Amino acid sequence: MRKLFAALALLGAMVFGAPAWAQDAPAATAAPAMTAAAAAPAAAVPAATTPAPVPNKGDNAWLIVATAFVMLMSIPGLALFYGGLVRSKNMLSVLMQVFVTFSLISVLWVIYGYSLAFTEGNAFFGSFDKLFLEGVTPDSVAATFSKGVVVSEYIYVAFQGAFAAITCSLIVGAFAERIKFSAVLLFMVLWFTFAYTPIAHIVWYWAGPDGYVSAQAADKLNATAGFMFQKGALDFAGGTVVHINAAVAGLVGAYLVGKRTGLGNVAMAPHSLTFTMIGASLLWFGWFGFNAGSALEANGTAALAFLNTWIATACAALSWLVAEWIFKGKPSMLGAASGAVAGLVAITPACGFVGLMGAIVIGLLAGVLCLWGVNGLKRILGADDSLDVFGVHGVGGILGALLTGVFASPALGGTGIYDYVANKVADSYSITDQLLVQATGVGITVVWSAVVAVVAYKLVDILIGLRVPEEEEREGLDLTSHGESAYHY
Amino acid sequence: MKFVTAIIKPFKLDEVREALSAVGVQGITVTEVKGFGRQKGHTELYRGAEYVVDFLPKVKVEAAVRDDQLEQAIEAVEKSASTGKIGDGKIFVFDLEQVIRIRTGETGPEAL
Repeated sequence: MRKLFAALALLGAMVFGAPAWAQDAPAATAAPAMTAAAAAPAAAVPAATTPAPVPNKGDNAWLIVATAFVMLMSIPGLALFYGGLVRSKNMLSVLMQVFVTFSLISVLWVIYGYSLAFTEGNAFFGSFDKLFLEGVTPDSVAATFSKGVVVSEYIYVAFQGAFAAITCSLIVGAFAERIKFSAVLLFMVLWFTFAYTPIAHIVWYWAGPDGYVSAQAADKLNATAGFMFQKGALDFAGGTVVHINAAVAGLVGAYLVGKRTGLGNVAMAPHSLTFTMIGASLLWFGWFGFNAGSALEANGTAALAFLNTWIATACAALSWLVAEWIFKGKPSMLGAASGAVAGLVAITPACGFVGLMGAIVIGLLAGVLCLWGVNGLKRILGADDSLDVFGVHGVGGILGALLTGVFASPALGGTGIYDYVANKVADSYSITDQLLVQATGVGITVVWSAVVAVVAYKLVDILIGLRVPEEEEREGLDLTSHGESAYHY
Repeated sequence: MKFVTAIIKPFKLDEVREALSAVGVQGITVTEVKGFGRQKGHTELYRGAEYVVDFLPKVKVEAAVRDDQLEQAIEAVEKSASTGKIGDGKIFVFDLEQVIRIRTGETGPEAL
């Protein structure tokens, strides 16, 4: 029935621009009879005559597993990756900051984060309609990228919540080894509320595909979507929302928290690259849930994202260590692990849009460019971004976001942009136009995240102070902040 | 009695222990240590940052011996710990004033 409506709309599609589809579909579309109609904007169009869609068990199952994958990549994955890179006296402090940030944001997510990010509001903020997940029941459904295909809203909430939690956790690497634990917590609350949820809304919120039955309907629905979604920005799994967003907050933090005491004089070598390798590998593994899960369905797009995530990462690990071998003399384990993470970051926005050859190019470039990010660029920036959050996630994220616009082109093996009114891939694809849109998305994210971060750090500094006293920093945060040590010799 | 302290390359420990046992040394104490001599340190590179590692890992072997065992013991360590390359370590010999076996209260060479 719905297909019939859609087919009728073919004509209108010729006149109006195609609605771009970015990553994650949002809120409940066709709400079950039990929930209020107001909570289901898209349901207004054809739902009167069609039965409410029931979640596909396969899609649901995959999303549940993918969500757990994303949790594994955060804790212990990211925590160990970061933990291995600090000095042994700060090991627990980093594990704690990641672990507790993850827990804190998870709770905030169900209280108000999900509502702010994934309900209809204006182009920049959602609403408080689903505060405390009001109205969400086991019967509630969330849209995917296919008409008439839905998943249970609860698992959609969880999946998106894991993204929010890991994004905030990523920032920890930039100010590791000298920040106050309480400062981390307060900063995370502020930044999550005023940077993460709006950027997620701006890039990802839309009413779902079901209502895109005519050009007019599409225009009307597009106007309810997030700002960058309306512009047609492509961000499959979070290049802007997750990586650029977190990296900029991290860089600002590295400037405002200040350099570690003794930087340049004291050896600050990683204390366990074994942990870093384990962490990087768990990140790689978990990223399959992150990227392939972002398809929201267990379909061909998920499979494409899965393979791209594998191959681009392998390419970046290789290109980083080959460049390092040539320019620095030796191929290192840390280089391979860092390259892999750079590749994961860069392929994130692109993974469901580009072909394998695109993924290879993105991966190879990411490895080399991020190696520059942690060397040349780091020296230019002059901030003590302890674990190179900006060098890897910022540089890799921007590269990936821009190259998504290039390699999504069907002419270069990409999927192109799906036209939900015409129910097929749009015929035309302009690389330059898309690049411009992608660059706008990058720009908005950088500026937004930076402004919120500056205000948030300043506020935390005034309220509780950002840094631990110098003596405590010298003694190590494990003992002075947490009263325990990671290792007993 | 003499007290012999040898700083050796860590991977030579087993050979040194066997050589000392072979010449009748009854017990040794081993400690993992760090330090530098002529070998100096080395540099390590992590992402862009270069660190000079001044102190290299070594093993310190300590043994108390009778005066008449000293020559053999020194020779045993010298031979077993040698690779001919820089960083093989050093042997220090001290006069040992007294030795007491805690369990029996024996003193002097009998306590060794």
